[in-house]
Amino acid sequence: MTISDKRTDIKEGIKDAFPIAIGYIPIAIAFGILAKTNQVSLMDTFLFSLMIFAGASQFAALNLIALKVAALEIILATAIMNFRHFLMSATLSTKIKNPKKGIIPLVAFGITDETFSVTAMKDGKISMLYALIVNTTAHISWVSGSIVGYLAGSILPETVQNSMGIALYSMFIAILVPSMKKSFKVIIISLSAGAIHSILNVSKLIPQGWTLIISIILASLLGVIVFSKDDGGANI
Amino acid sequence: MSSYFPLILGIAIVTYIPRLIPFTLVSKKSMNPTLKKFLTYVPYATLGALIIPDAFTFIPNNPLAAWGGVITAFLLSWLKGNIVLSVLASVGATFLLLQYL
Repeated sequence: MTISDKRTDIKEGIKDAFPIAIGYIPIAIAFGILAKTNQVSLMDTFLFSLMIFAGASQFAALNLIALKVAALEIILATAIMNFRHFLMSATLSTKIKNPKKGIIPLVAFGITDETFSVTAMKDGKISMLYALIVNTTAHISWVSGSIVGYLAGSILPETVQNSMGIALYSMFIAILVPSMKKSFKVIIISLSAGAIHSILNVSKLIPQGWTLIISIILASLLGVIVFSKDDGGANI
Repeated sequence: MSSYFPLILGIAIVTYIPRLIPFTLVSKKSMNPTLKKFLTYVPYATLGALIIPDAFTFIPNNPLAAWGGVITAFLLSWLKGNIVLSVLASVGATFLLLQYL
C-alpha cells in the first residue's frame, strides 16, 4: 500500500465514521449520566466504554448493577446480547483485502452494529486500515461522550438529544437506500428482515436479546432460498 | 465506591469473543458458496432489522417526529445519496418537529 493509499483510507475512514460519531455522542452521554447515577466511578465508566464498546451491553449492565444482580449473571446476560457480532465478524472477514493476522484482533474489537454497517456496505473490498480508522473514530466518540456525560451531566436539552438520536437510524437508511435503488434483492431481503424483526418484537415469541440476530439469520436465509437460481455468487 | 473492574473485564471478554473468533476462522479457507451467499446478504438484512421498527418508535412520546426524520433521510438519500447530508437533515427535521409539534 502506498502512502497516498493510506492517506485516502484514513480520510475516507474518518469521513464515513462521522455520522456514527454524531449518533454515538448523545447515547454515550446518557451512559455517562446513568453510570454516575448508579454510583459507578469515573474510572470504571471510562473502562466500561473503553473495554466493552457495546451500547446495549453497557446499559444492560448498569441496569443489572442497580438491581444488585450477581456479576456472573450480568456477564452471561450481556454475552447473549452480542451473538449477532458472530455474523458480522464472519461477514467482514470476507470483505477485507489482504487481512494481516496481527491486526485482525484490533479490527475485530471495534465491530458494532454501526461500524459494521459502514464497513460492510463500502463499495468493493476494504483495507484493514480503513476498517480500523472507522472503528477507532467511533470508539473515540463513544469513550469521550461517556466521560462528558459523567462529568457534565445532561448538557444537551432533551429535544436536541432526541433529535440526535435519529442520526444512527438515518445513517442506516442512507447506507441502505442506494443499494435498494440498484437491486430488487436488497429491497426484499432488508424489508423482510424489518418485517420479521417487527413481528418478533410484537409477538414476544423469543427473548428480546435474540430478536435482532434471528431476524438477520432468517432474512438472509430467505434470500439464499428465494434467489437460489441466480449464480451471481457474491454479487448482489 | 467499589471497583467494577472484574465485572467490566468479564463483559469485555464475552463481548470480544464473538467479534474475534469468526474473523480469524473464516479468513483462512475458501468458503462454501452457499455460506458465502448467505454472508453477502447479512449486511442488508442487518440494516433492515436495525431500521425497522426501532427508527419509527424510538421517541415514544412523539412518534411523528421520528417518522419525519425517517422520511427526510429516505428521500434525501434516494435523491442525493450523500450520507452526511441525509443524517444532518434528518436530525434537523426531527428537531423542528419535536419543537413545533
